[in-house]
Amino acid sequence: MAQLTYRNAVARGIAQEMRRDERVVLIGEDVAGAGGVFKTTEGLLDEFGPRRVVDTPISEQAILGAAMGAAMTGLRPVAEIMFADFFAVCWDIVANQIAKTRYMTNGQVTVPLVIKSGNGGSLRFGAQHSQSVENWAMAVPGLKVVTPATPRDVVGLMAAAVRSDDPVLFFEHKGLYAMKSEVPDGEIVDELGKAVIRRAGTDATILSLGLTVGRALDAAAQLASSGIEAEVIDVRSLVPLDIRTILASLNKTGRLFTVEENPRLLGWGAEIASIVADEGFWDLDGPVQRITTPYIPLPAADSLEDLVIPSADLVAATVTKALRS
Amino acid sequence: MRYPLSEHDYGAHPAVLPPDDPTRHDGDAVPLPVRLDLYRKMQEMRLFEKRAYDLFMRQLVKGTSHLSLGMEAIAAGFGAALRADDLTFATYRGHAHTLARGVPMTPVLAELLGRSNGLMGGKGGSMHLTSVEHGVLGSYAIIGAHLTIANGAAWSAQYRGSGQVTVCFFGDGTTNIGAFHEALNYAAVFQLPVVFVCENNLYMEYTPIADITAVPRPAADRSSAYGLDPVAIDGNDADEVYLTATTAVQRARAGGGPSLIEAVTYRHGGHSRADPGKYRPADEVEAWKRYDPITVYRGRLQRLGIDQASMDRIDKEVAAEVDRATEEAIAGDLPSPATALTELWADGGSSWHN
Ligand SMILES: Cc1ncc(C[n+]2csc(CCOP(=O)(O)OP(=O)(O)O)c2C)c(N)n1
Ligand SMILES: [Mg+2]
Repeated sequence: MAQLTYRNAVARGIAQEMRRDERVVLIGEDVAGAGGVFKTTEGLLDEFGPRRVVDTPISEQAILGAAMGAAMTGLRPVAEIMFADFFAVCWDIVANQIAKTRYMTNGQVTVPLVIKSGNGGSLRFGAQHSQSVENWAMAVPGLKVVTPATPRDVVGLMAAAVRSDDPVLFFEHKGLYAMKSEVPDGEIVDELGKAVIRRAGTDATILSLGLTVGRALDAAAQLASSGIEAEVIDVRSLVPLDIRTILASLNKTGRLFTVEENPRLLGWGAEIASIVADEGFWDLDGPVQRITTPYIPLPAADSLEDLVIPSADLVAATVTKALRS
Repeated sequence: MRYPLSEHDYGAHPAVLPPDDPTRHDGDAVPLPVRLDLYRKMQEMRLFEKRAYDLFMRQLVKGTSHLSLGMEAIAAGFGAALRADDLTFATYRGHAHTLARGVPMTPVLAELLGRSNGLMGGKGGSMHLTSVEHGVLGSYAIIGAHLTIANGAAWSAQYRGSGQVTVCFFGDGTTNIGAFHEALNYAAVFQLPVVFVCENNLYMEYTPIADITAVPRPAADRSSAYGLDPVAIDGNDADEVYLTATTAVQRARAGGGPSLIEAVTYRHGGHSRADPGKYRPADEVEAWKRYDPITVYRGRLQRLGIDQASMDRIDKEVAAEVDRATEEAIAGDLPSPATALTELWADGGSSWHN
């Protein structure tokens, strides 16, 4: 066991897979010599050399196209898109090429690649460097979508993503890079599509992802002091989605809340709420409630950003109000 | 400010005419068996696409179709210059490039018809023809994207040390999209074993390329920006294409890095479907129809001593092959409904939750 930061866990996860499999290569802007703008790939150039850890031009389409073509022909590339906002300049390669090619070719082609990207707000970077775009990716059939919330999960989910024969969008939360916690020694490999119950409870189920996992846990601690036992689930993987864990928890608690960083419309919680309306309706003792960032781009000022991204206080207040009314 | 359509009426732009001497390459060092093969290949592409057009007009081919009638020398010339395990990337105008790699006609035609015996079981359609076993790594319908993907295949070949070369075909209009420029810089930086082939048919859809491009030669005049030699060739002369292709492919295989080749050609028909292509000057269309790659090549073979009868025999064999493929394609079943939900994921399915 050692303490590891979330950012160092990214490099550890990639290194674990690169040691195991010669086909794993890493490309992106400033990922090699500089070790990444967020220092998530530090040490990889030294260990694996310039053939496997490659600095690229500022050409997001060329980067993802290269990753795709390489994945189609036997490599297992990890490509970095520095800020998730930048997916907008290469979305064709993601949504039209990487996601659709296996289906269009009726299975002739597989595209085993990982796109890692710094996602999300709370760092006061303003509207073009802060948004949470998991829901863009979820809307495209053919992409697997994961967001780790702890250093340990960064390693385990990165390993799962690299070993997946399907393309995986690996959303690192920028606001968590400095987070430090215990990570077991040795190889860690998770499975895609498994949610984790972070805190058990009987009165309400709170679904969280990435940055909002910690906030939901803080909220649950507050709620406990007023006698409400909330169960906090870290969804971890949006596609594939572990709906069974969510429905089982709802069956126990009778109330469901989602805590989403994305702007309100079509966030991941909306899709879960719709499944629950279908499959979990009779378990509900009250309406599903979504706690999300409002329908806005993110503001830069710290006071405003803090106001709009769901906070622990907002979660606790929303749950309290719902359960007490 | 300059507006092309205030300088000339739509369709009344200056004609661009083909070369006038079809004998230029008679003496080139192309072995006769290769030449006969080039002739047959071009005839296969020609008759296949004519049939595809007929089937489109009979509404058996649905949706859309983009023919390369008149452009066959490029696909044939490159096809003949490649090793069986080399990799090719084409566009929605990709029937000829698919046949060029030896993919049989029946599955290609059946794919156009949306049948279960289609190359991709009917799930790709005419714009996405792919046959991995023939090195046809796909046909792509978003302008520019596949140049970047071709780089990846080339990178992988270099990394794996397979010696494979990747060839990527695209149109003149494609030189104006960002992905083209990203891909060329990327290929040049990493010295990838990739050959980019611009099929300059003088038009992007319905607009003459000269009206909307900053330089006269859309690809060749951009090459210096990426440290590449400018190469512009006659794309209607199969020998010129074949020899250029051979040089570029050998160079890439030997570690000499990427090339960008502009092959000037012309489409006999419109951009897609039943477009009559009326936005083109009549004298231009006429001149290019006379400078048809198959006519040019037939003339050459004749001057080299091949008699009409043996060429007619090839034509007949190819026609019979097209008829057989048509029958087999039309006889194909519709795809089974269950296949609509297969092969999204590598496990063969499409489920997204447990
Ligand atoms: C990004 C994008 N923009 C527009 C189109 C629509 N479109 C399809 S083909 C075409 C013309 C392309 O011209 P060119 O590259 O010269 O190829 P050609 O069709 O002449 O072979 C256009 C604009 C597209 N498919 N993708
Ligand atoms: Mg064109």
